[in-house]
Amino acid sequence: MSAPTDASAQPRSFAFTPENAKKAEAAVAAYPKGRQASAVLALLDLAQRQNGGWLPRAAMDAVAGFLDMPPMRVYEVATFYNMYNLEPVGRHHVEVCTNVSCWLRGSDDVLAACRNALGIGLGETSADGGFTLSETECLGACVNAPVMMIGGDYYEDLDAGTATAILAELKKGGTPRPGPQSGRRACEPAGGLTTLTGLSDGRGDARGDEPGAS
Amino acid sequence: MLRDADRIFTNLYGFEDVGLEGARARGDWDNTRALIAKGRDWIVDEVKNSGLRGRGGAGFGTGMKWSFMPKVSDGRPHYLVINADEGEPGTCKDREILRHEPHKLLEGALLAAVAMGANVSYIYIRGEFHRETEALRRAIGEAYEAGLIGKDACGSGWDFDVHLHVGAGAYICGEETALLESLEGRKGMPRLKPPFPANTGLYGCPTTVNNVESIAVAPAILRRGADWFAGLGRSNNTGTKIFCISGHVNHPCTVEEEMSVPLRELIEKHAGGVRGGWDNLLAVIPGGSSVPLIPKSVCETVLMDFDSLREAQSGLGTGAVIVMDKSTDIVRVIARLSRFYMDESCGQCTPCREGTGWLWRMMERLVTGNITVEEIDLLDEVSRQIEGHTICAHGDAAAWPVQGLIRHFRPELERRVAAFQARQADQAA
Repeated sequence: MSAPTDASAQPRSFAFTPENAKKAEAAVAAYPKGRQASAVLALLDLAQRQNGGWLPRAAMDAVAGFLDMPPMRVYEVATFYNMYNLEPVGRHHVEVCTNVSCWLRGSDDVLAACRNALGIGLGETSADGGFTLSETECLGACVNAPVMMIGGDYYEDLDAGTATAILAELKKGGTPRPGPQSGRRACEPAGGLTTLTGLSDGRGDARGDEPGAS
Repeated sequence: MLRDADRIFTNLYGFEDVGLEGARARGDWDNTRALIAKGRDWIVDEVKNSGLRGRGGAGFGTGMKWSFMPKVSDGRPHYLVINADEGEPGTCKDREILRHEPHKLLEGALLAAVAMGANVSYIYIRGEFHRETEALRRAIGEAYEAGLIGKDACGSGWDFDVHLHVGAGAYICGEETALLESLEGRKGMPRLKPPFPANTGLYGCPTTVNNVESIAVAPAILRRGADWFAGLGRSNNTGTKIFCISGHVNHPCTVEEEMSVPLRELIEKHAGGVRGGWDNLLAVIPGGSSVPLIPKSVCETVLMDFDSLREAQSGLGTGAVIVMDKSTDIVRVIARLSRFYMDESCGQCTPCREGTGWLWRMMERLVTGNITVEEIDLLDEVSRQIEGHTICAHGDAAAWPVQGLIRHFRPELERRVAAFQARQADQAA
């Protein structure tokens, strides 16, 4: 993240809400006794969500305390993984994939459309705190390129027009429909199915040619 | 072409019910108990005999890998770890399994866990896959509820727990030992091997890490028999494979095909052909960003399998086919990949930490032609000093795309150098 550092934004303290503390306990329970550090990724994510999308130092310290880890070990993790934002981000974090499969299909246009629609550059947050624009590495939806992620949702098969429309909808406070914007349902070929054509009635059977035989 | 009846992922596109009921209608979880009753050795032997090679990129024999787990526990628990940290540029196959066929993955996990004496599995899923994580979490809930996993899974007498571990955006965690580090709550820095995970893996216990697709095809292999799977594709390259075809094709898509399908057939039958026609093809990256590109001349005849692509000095990798037509600035593509490998280097080994940045800077100069012909040789030479000199394969993966470019597009590179020098001379005159 290259957003301007705002040290004054660092809160003095952080504590999980009772509900999140319960979730944190549940996350720890997935690992063997004494291995609670395994839950550090999950707890940092939880803290980030509670804190409006970014991780202040106080939250890292709280996670360290919760997991009985040296704070430095938590800082190491928080700075290693890309999904932790160490500075405030906008309410909507728009992350545009610019890796090869997306680039070949026009991610430059999508990125330009986002800059125009939001009036901000990469790594910047809009003045009203509504949007942060970032470039991201491969999101793993390459046959639906170009792709951008906003919050937890992927918007796929984009072009400048659909990207602009999605951001306009968000600005209005609406909820744009995630997934392919091209009319495709998922990752099937747009020209019509080339496989599984006889299976649309639900006959696809993992047991082979003779359903019921095992 | 593969018959629909031989396809494993019959709900690849999510057109049918992805829940337990729909999965059962497709044949998942059908008398799994009987498969388990045939025993651990039978499962390992069937998977070995099927010829299944790991679908995550390296292509190591899956049955062989399972057989490395200790036969008798020395008191330490055994772990099955499933690598769902899909992130190799071009690759989006596991995503479809996670969101549309999660029960195939869970049933496969149970069978694999029995085969390696594991009572616990962790599925490491990339953090960006929020919706896929939700789909998988739902499926896990359904499977517990129905008694398919948990205590006495499927009534087999085997206890089996599945936990999700959500990553946080680090490509390197797809490397199996980096993934284990991350699972233990640390930075994702690959471990030196040996010791191998089968002896000392998660929490120092015997562990096997498998790709999502490798695990998800296991139930079909065990149900239909090793011979059925081995009869698809060709020797040493058996079975079906999920391919993702992206880039300059008319209909980018993900499709399950027979291993060893000709690349040209794959592109033309399923992806609607190259944009502008086959003759407009420039090059293909056939197995995800890490493998060297192949030019059109090779694409004419190459088969999509481990051995054919290896002979072509590339690799099957994850089966992610990135197609580039003649409008592509191929140097810029490789430069973009070099930036990716620099961004994602964990920084542990000097050749990779320093080398990936150097490669990227040189590649950026190559894009404009602001480089000398001797430096192109230097670029190739230095890439070979990165390759093979690091703890994990990230260094190799950074080097190979650059090597592939120099191998196949040297005249284009030298043309850029000459054009740049001519521009400089013009300006000086």
